[in-house]
Amino acid sequence: MTPIDEIISTCRQLAFDLNFNRAKEWKAADPQRVLVGFTPIYFPREVVHAAKGLAVGILGAGDRKPIIKGDAYYQSYICHMPRGIVEMALDGNLDGFDGFVFPSICDVMRNLSGMFQLMGKGRFAKYMDFPQNFRREIGGSFYKAEMEDVLQRIEAINGVKVTAEMLDRSIALYDRNRAMLAAIYDIRQEHPWRLAYEDLYCIMRAGLAMPVEEHNLMLEQVLEAIGRERGVPEDRIKVVVAGAFCEQPPLGLIKTIEGAGCYVVDDDFLLGSRWIDGAVGAGSGDPLAAIADAYLTRSVQSSVVYDVGRPKEKRLLDLARRRGADGLLFAAPSFCDPALLDQPLYFHQCEKDGVRYVQFQYNENTGQFKVIKEQVGAFADSIKLWEGETATA
Amino acid sequence: MAKQAAPVEKERSMIMQKQMVEGLFEELATAREKGRKVVYTFVPGNLSELIRAFDMLPVYPEINALQSGMRKKSAAFIRDAEKWGHSEDVCTYVKCDIGMMLNGNVGPTGQKLPEPDLLLLSYTGCFTFMKWFENLERLYPNAEIAMLHTPYQEGGRITDEMRQYMVKQLREEVIPKFEKVSGKKFDEARLAAILANSKRTDDLITEIFAQSKQRPSPIDAYFAGVYYIGPINIGFRGTAEAVTYYEELLKEIKQRAAEGKGPVTPEGEIKEEKYRLVVEGPPNWTSFREFWKLFHDQGAVIVASSYTKVGGVYDLGFRHDPARPLETLAEYCMNCYTNMNLPQRIDLLGKCITEYQADGFLINSIKSCNSFSAGQLMIMRDLEDKLEIPVGFIESDLVDPRYFSYSNIKNRLDSFFQMLAQRKVLASV
Repeated sequence: MTPIDEIISTCRQLAFDLNFNRAKEWKAADPQRVLVGFTPIYFPREVVHAAKGLAVGILGAGDRKPIIKGDAYYQSYICHMPRGIVEMALDGNLDGFDGFVFPSICDVMRNLSGMFQLMGKGRFAKYMDFPQNFRREIGGSFYKAEMEDVLQRIEAINGVKVTAEMLDRSIALYDRNRAMLAAIYDIRQEHPWRLAYEDLYCIMRAGLAMPVEEHNLMLEQVLEAIGRERGVPEDRIKVVVAGAFCEQPPLGLIKTIEGAGCYVVDDDFLLGSRWIDGAVGAGSGDPLAAIADAYLTRSVQSSVVYDVGRPKEKRLLDLARRRGADGLLFAAPSFCDPALLDQPLYFHQCEKDGVRYVQFQYNENTGQFKVIKEQVGAFADSIKLWEGETATA
Repeated sequence: MAKQAAPVEKERSMIMQKQMVEGLFEELATAREKGRKVVYTFVPGNLSELIRAFDMLPVYPEINALQSGMRKKSAAFIRDAEKWGHSEDVCTYVKCDIGMMLNGNVGPTGQKLPEPDLLLLSYTGCFTFMKWFENLERLYPNAEIAMLHTPYQEGGRITDEMRQYMVKQLREEVIPKFEKVSGKKFDEARLAAILANSKRTDDLITEIFAQSKQRPSPIDAYFAGVYYIGPINIGFRGTAEAVTYYEELLKEIKQRAAEGKGPVTPEGEIKEEKYRLVVEGPPNWTSFREFWKLFHDQGAVIVASSYTKVGGVYDLGFRHDPARPLETLAEYCMNCYTNMNLPQRIDLLGKCITEYQADGFLINSIKSCNSFSAGQLMIMRDLEDKLEIPVGFIESDLVDPRYFSYSNIKNRLDSFFQMLAQRKVLASV
């Protein structure tokens, strides 16, 4: 096995370990260490890292755990992911976690924070309100207070008082992580065959369940490997996937998309890992303000950030153009208000700009990919066959 | 032959409210010719007083949607919004509103609504509001936009940081937008004077809903309750008219209580109060009268409901404070029901069940409304365990008639009422 194959294999195992064994091992090595679980999309993991903690992404149970108890907590018309999270909480998968953060994204996840409070899971269960006001002195101050609240809750557990230097060290590590992920995306834009998207997904997802220091070492090796020619180019179209930022599709579905004749050159599957466009920047003198500032001014376009003055449909199509995409795949989980309510805006902009797109819905435990494969395959074929007939992204 | 429905008995307050609402829609219909500026905003966290302080007129998209639902127009609007690209899965208030707009924006009274001069997104207790406004922005590209982000009470309390965040937004973002659109300078003294009326209506509405603690309850605090909260939630809070309306309403209710009368319903008065219920969740609007009749026929009276707190929770002591105009607006927004965390909601519902001596607790779970629905099953179990109260669970939707299944709902309610009846028999042994 080559080093990159070994990394992919390790990451595939870590990414879908619903018991988070690597994170728990890490915690067990030092009594001061804490584990803080967080749900999609974005959470400033630097803050937990600085407090001697590990922020672990909790992305649901996917198609890897039967949901029995979780279904008793939700009506049929609510998305699937929180059922999996409740199932995991009740089955003990999340035992050993010290706290949970639920970043503001939708009402279902917001209310899940209350359900965790009622279940008494962790020492704290915090709904983290991200500002929808983007002025430094208004939204920025509020966001800083939210991060300080997280620090206080961790300090109450492990007694670690975080300094600016500690935060700067953490910021530098996560900046490095984001920069390497950005570099991987840039390489894949031109040479997507060098790393299958399915593999990249596992590598990124594993980064949410392990120490950033270890993940950075892996990313260095991945970058090194894909900096050289690797794999065989195939006749596929390039697509950007949008709408899948919270509930994650099963890995088989992601594989299906590429197998149906597409290269995924950008996406929002694990958007939180790439949320800040550029570096937060260590050494600012006020690290929490730097994190807040990065959020206010350099967040990527997302369905959960109020987009006044920065229309998301234009930002998405700009991204598709920058990536040289031939079309867009709108893949949203069923009953996902943020993703689905954006779709008319995207569809109309695509039609206005003559950009091809296709849309489908999924659940995290979708088991049948045939229809989606045919749909995406027909979409890819139509672009290949009719190339040059209409404008593309 | 179908039995003809009995004419609805109208009390003076009902006529007053009808006149108020018609007057508002008349003002909206003539707003352009009279040079009035129009604000589109939402019920939870509505800043009626601020809108009044700038002499502007409010439009509430979700009120239009529910009115469209009651007038059987929502199905077509929803269908058109789905043709326009919206998923079947998403909030039907949004789709109904967008469908209405795509069909010429003719409001519930048949008059065309003016386009907004200002879109005031007072984003309180419902994430979907934000998405709704992002859609509206594209449909009304000439409107100014003001965003007021209301932080959620995740820790079960309002912190200084939350209050300051809101006041700063009001002072530095929202009010300047109002000044720009209205051409008027903000007058804090005028706002304070309006808030003094709000404080009075806060007291009155609290006293009105407290009347159902009596046996028999003189009111239904859900089906009739949605009418009672109308004026405070659709732009009249802070007006002298609203104070007069609520004084009259309270007088009528007290009179009914003194006479030992039960609630007035479209089917007539409830003569025998068999069951006292607390209901969680919004009502269905497309079959509102049929829905209400299911309770009336069983002698079930809703003595308290969470939905009547969606535009503000007054039971726990909040009152608008004219001495602190912006702070009080901020606190009002943060105190709306769906902005409270789940443990707070459970405490509030439990307090209602106890203080209003309810026989049962019922959830009407709404497909469209995750803000209410997500977590309701846990709320139900928690209350059942703590209070040992019989619980019931039904499902419907706000304004999509495809999701109101009369027979399913009736079956579930019949079982629920049988359980309540059994409980009463056992209690009497």
